[in-house]
Amino acid sequence: MNKKIIEIVDIIDASQVFTELSDTQSGGICVFVGTVREHTKGEEVVSLEFETYKKMALKEMDKIAKEAMEKWKLNKVIIRHAVGFKKVEAPVVVVGASSAHRDACFEACRYLIDTLKETVPIWKKELFKNKTVWVSAHP
Amino acid sequence: MEVLLFGIAKDIVGDSQIQFSETDKVPRSVSELKKMISETYPGFGRLSSLAVAVNSEYAQDDVPLDRNDEIAIIPPVSGG
Repeated sequence: MNKKIIEIVDIIDASQVFTELSDTQSGGICVFVGTVREHTKGEEVVSLEFETYKKMALKEMDKIAKEAMEKWKLNKVIIRHAVGFKKVEAPVVVVGASSAHRDACFEACRYLIDTLKETVPIWKKELFKNKTVWVSAHP
Repeated sequence: MEVLLFGIAKDIVGDSQIQFSETDKVPRSVSELKKMISETYPGFGRLSSLAVAVNSEYAQDDVPLDRNDEIAIIPPVSGG
């Protein structure tokens, strides 16, 4: 079985992740699912659009998974991000890990999502009723 | 030399890439590239940060550029 799952996909099925991280050596699985929120700073979001530099994004995601596996004793790791247009409530990112004891997978899970947000070349555009905004582009 | 653009960088330039032809002044390093595009397109100067990737890896300012490299402008990322 593959210990690392690193993917960029069009649609995320968040219900797959338990089976993907399940492992006979693991006593715990920790998963973070990022979803589309309806409001940003009080304004109603119609949808989000995600764009990526796929070749580099997959490399950076792989580095993060490797680093996590070095820092903590993990059995399996997943980093899966979606691209394209996403409606409110849709899952856009799934990260998670399984480990013998829960501390490792809890800590690794936060590391996976926090580092992804800092380094992986994926860009999010918020579409409001009357404007669009590239998130984090300006100070 | 071809430079790939993503996210807001595409909007600033109005295209998905910048071409430096043989006759143009071609940037020789990451810092030269950043300086040249910021002069031509002032929108880059207003971003929270500006990174460059060479052959799909983040590259520091002193990294030299070759016309066969795959070069990309990486505006502030916002995945997750």
